[in-house]
Amino acid sequence: MVQDSYLPLLAFLVSLCAVPAIVWLRRAPNRREAATFVAAFLKFGFVLAMLPAVLGGEVLRFCFFEILPGLPLEFRVDGLGLAFALVASGLWIVTSLYSVGYMRGAGEGNQTRFFVCFAISLSATMGVAFAGNLFTLYVFYEMLSLSTYPLVTHHGDREARTGGRTYLGYLLGTSIAFVLPAMIYCYVKTGSPMTFASSGFLAGEVGPAGGMVLLLMLTFGFAKSGLMPFHSWLPGAMVAPTPVSALLHAVAVVKVGVFCVIRVFTGVFGTGFLGELDVAYVVSWAAAFTVVTSSLIAMSQDNLKRRLAFSTIGQLSYIVLGVSLLSPYAVQGSMMHIAMHAFGKITLFFCAGAIYVAAGKKYVSQLDGLGRTMPWTMGAFAIGAMSVTGLPLTGGLLSKIYLIWGAADAGQLALLAVFVVSSVLNGVYFFPIVYRAFFCAPEGGAAPGGIKEAPLACVVPLTFTAVVTVLLFFFPGLLFELSSLMIAAE
Amino acid sequence: MEPALASFLQEQIVPKFNYWVYVVLMMIGLYAMIAKNNLIKKLIGMSIFQTAIILFYVSVGAKDGAGIPILDHHTYEHALEHPGDEHIDRDGYANPLPHVLMLTAIVVGVSTLGLALAIAQRIFTSFGSIEEDEILEKLQPGGHD
Amino acid sequence: MIEFFGFLAHQAPLVTVLAPAFGALLVTLFGRGKAEAGLPLALISLSLSSVGAVVTLFHVLASGGELRYRLGGWAPPFGIEYRIDALAALTAAAVVLVGLVNAVFSKTRVAAEAGEKAPFFYTLYLFLLAGLCGIVFTNDAFNLYVLIEITSLTSYALIAMGNRRAALSSFNYVIMGTVGASLYLLGVGYLYIKTGTLNIDGMRAAMAEAGIWGDASITVAFILILVGLWTKMAFFPLHGWMPNAYSYAPTAVGTLMAPLMTKVMVYVMLRVMLFAFGADFSYGGAGCGDIVVALSTVAIVAGSLLALARSDIKKMLTYLIVAEVGYMVGGAWVGNEAGLTGAAYHILSDAAMTFCLFMAVSIIVLRTGDHRLTAFTGLFRKMPLTMIGFTVGALSMIGLPPTCGFFSKWYLVGGGIEAGRWDYVVALLFSSLVNAVIFFRIFERAYFGEMDEPAPAGDDADSRPSQPLERVPWSMLVPLFLAAAAVLLVGLFNNTLAGWLRAALAI
Repeated sequence: MVQDSYLPLLAFLVSLCAVPAIVWLRRAPNRREAATFVAAFLKFGFVLAMLPAVLGGEVLRFCFFEILPGLPLEFRVDGLGLAFALVASGLWIVTSLYSVGYMRGAGEGNQTRFFVCFAISLSATMGVAFAGNLFTLYVFYEMLSLSTYPLVTHHGDREARTGGRTYLGYLLGTSIAFVLPAMIYCYVKTGSPMTFASSGFLAGEVGPAGGMVLLLMLTFGFAKSGLMPFHSWLPGAMVAPTPVSALLHAVAVVKVGVFCVIRVFTGVFGTGFLGELDVAYVVSWAAAFTVVTSSLIAMSQDNLKRRLAFSTIGQLSYIVLGVSLLSPYAVQGSMMHIAMHAFGKITLFFCAGAIYVAAGKKYVSQLDGLGRTMPWTMGAFAIGAMSVTGLPLTGGLLSKIYLIWGAADAGQLALLAVFVVSSVLNGVYFFPIVYRAFFCAPEGGAAPGGIKEAPLACVVPLTFTAVVTVLLFFFPGLLFELSSLMIAAE
Repeated sequence: MEPALASFLQEQIVPKFNYWVYVVLMMIGLYAMIAKNNLIKKLIGMSIFQTAIILFYVSVGAKDGAGIPILDHHTYEHALEHPGDEHIDRDGYANPLPHVLMLTAIVVGVSTLGLALAIAQRIFTSFGSIEEDEILEKLQPGGHD
Repeated sequence: MIEFFGFLAHQAPLVTVLAPAFGALLVTLFGRGKAEAGLPLALISLSLSSVGAVVTLFHVLASGGELRYRLGGWAPPFGIEYRIDALAALTAAAVVLVGLVNAVFSKTRVAAEAGEKAPFFYTLYLFLLAGLCGIVFTNDAFNLYVLIEITSLTSYALIAMGNRRAALSSFNYVIMGTVGASLYLLGVGYLYIKTGTLNIDGMRAAMAEAGIWGDASITVAFILILVGLWTKMAFFPLHGWMPNAYSYAPTAVGTLMAPLMTKVMVYVMLRVMLFAFGADFSYGGAGCGDIVVALSTVAIVAGSLLALARSDIKKMLTYLIVAEVGYMVGGAWVGNEAGLTGAAYHILSDAAMTFCLFMAVSIIVLRTGDHRLTAFTGLFRKMPLTMIGFTVGALSMIGLPPTCGFFSKWYLVGGGIEAGRWDYVVALLFSSLVNAVIFFRIFERAYFGEMDEPAPAGDDADSRPSQPLERVPWSMLVPLFLAAAAVLLVGLFNNTLAGWLRAALAI
């Protein structure tokens, strides 16, 4: 079942290899961006090439070398990892196009540094997606934290510095203080290579008390998942240019966080073993608290991107909550929600960026009547909002159904109520925006003449992701298959 | 004198006189190094400290009634002719090794002292003082860290 | 021909030690009046010495255990013997390579800072390195003392070649260093009385034979030697001499001593613990393991916090060394294989990263003319190449993969967990976090540039270079990159290195 392959390595390396090219072509922006596109398409191609084998039940393995005694640095591509890699690498193409439009449209400086760091962070994301053991996961997790720092602080002003400080402080601090010791403890106590296995490599090695401590350290240590109380880096990171917020803080970085948490539940402990230990409920309640609280906070945010950020925190906790229910349906729902939410939320961020580029508006209260001048953008926004809320005809519904089904299956009616209530709250903080845009008269009375959209390079990507969001409702087959591979393995 | 004190003196102090002296010298040296304000006095303390250790080593090598550790001609020939015969009286010779070691230690001590004096001279030329508190005074505000 | 090379290979340890020593003599001999003669002679002798160290390393690894070399063919207990295992060979290689690279790095600085005294500078420099190699190889406790004093004397003189503050710090170092060395000597005296030998292995054998582990005099000797060595390695709270000595010393001296001196003393401590007294006594009979780990915990926390409070870059780095010494002492004392491996591995990795950071910081202080954290303002743009080196070293100090600092922390934390010393584990993580704060504060300044904040207090005329550099020469940048590469390579090949060290330290 395990098959050695160079494909994971290639998919990982291709964006790193693009870095010298991007630096070298820094004087010719068009060719520089071409390098990014070539790398992005190649990466997506390599990831796609792994699909047949993984769907056939294989695990693709690539081992660099043994980095610590009995502990290899290795990639193992399974269904979950591949699904995540597909989403991330696919959206990189779209985001690249959008970045070109946004960065040039908004006249941002330091674009070479921006594209370089973007490429590096995509490599790190692939590394996390393919990581075969906890150690490899940690290495690429840290790489991602560091490579995204220059992106978050791109503007280089005081606000960016504060945001960047919070960003690294939370992400680096929690990973060093919690994940590192927990990981070394696992290594010392089990002596195993810490390879993710469906039964969990910790199974039978720790008692309930130790298990509880380790679980909490690993879950909260991967603070990219935005679980409260370690969530404030995400709103802080919204000072970044919108393409960064879109890809990294709706897809890559935050999804890496929940991906790590899913790995901890399914690969480190194993859902069966966690059920025996009966400790996951702590995480469930922390996640449920985060879901409700962040939705409430989101309602009070006037800054559009901050509202989206708090929405993201809540949606991430859906995923954590789902996996902590330990029911197969909920776990599958969590895995699917990674992809569904990614498409929905990236659409929303793209829209927020497009609004800023075209109209220079950042606040919800300024959006009155914007649907008349930017119909495409606001239309896509409505679709994204529907998906994140979980309304029919968008992919978000499917994963949410699975999550709710899982909660029912686990007999957790209170948590089921959390899903339902928060969905209502999602609607409450999104649809006023849509309403304002389409049904309120613009400020100052007279509507400015005609349609004034953002550059085409911005509008095309956001339309594309909105379409995909709808398509995922009708054709979710691939995601089903990949995520059920993980369930079947248990 | 109290009998207990007398017996303590007889058993603990008198036979180990050298070692007591070394300890007392060492403490004097340490005190001077830490407490004295004058750099040269510190160095004198350092010298006393090192000398105390030399005294200790030399005491280790000494034996009651032993002579210098040089074999005389007859003994040497005897030893050559009768190998294995333990004719050489060990107690008649002081242990030479600690003494030899101390020759080296003295050299080390002298060079340390010489170097330290040179440094002290340099301090005097650049600060105009060899009193620690006056020097620190001159270094304000960056002096106390 | 083959025989000749075989002979050379056999003599490699001696070449390692003697090449710099003879080089020192030659520099004095030919360097009189010719200031430029020093550097070539130093480079030649250090290259020879490096070859010797590398050959020794291969020899030791090929023999699979340890190498014994009798000076002049005299057998112990009367003769002096070299005993070289993988740890010794690696440490010696680190010593001479750092010496060689630093000689290149400091080429322009020696000419500028020592002037016509350059030949004397190189004499001392070479003797210092010869002494350090000797310390690493020798198996004779008294010879070790003499070599420690040789390195100390040369380093006192080297430090005093700086400005007036350097002379003052050097004076303090003389006092503290002499106390340390004397205590060591005293402890060796006690051991000599009890065992009748000065050979390190012989001592352990004699103590085992006589079964005198429980004697008070053995414990006293142990404590005296340890306290002496701790003074020399600047183990908190005996670190008082170090920060000023290393930060006011001439550039070339700071970059040489900061990576080497404390680390070699940690090596000596390992040697004394494991080979003179034996692991059974050190971890069992002596009964002070718990206390020492607690002390190291204090050292780590105190060193980190003191570093956090500094605004002078070099002083901040020296306090980080205080914390790192705490890492190593704690690792050596938790009393298991992982901790010991971590301590030994950290000797190498700390040497690499301290070297890297000190070089980067020296360049920055010289180029900007500012010795405080404000020097870093906007440097990612102004001095990108230097900042690459600095970043690598800093990430290693924080302990992020794949730098060597991460892996030493991995072994040390593993050792602490295995021994159940949670205080030590927490201290290590705390220090990582504090280092992250320290260095990201610097990165922020270097990345964002001027943010019109008040300049930190404590500007100190003695720390400022008299004349800022016009441009950074390649002879400084290339050594920096070599050190940065070493930080990464020591990290990536930690498994191999740790394997050798584990075999050498098998307890």
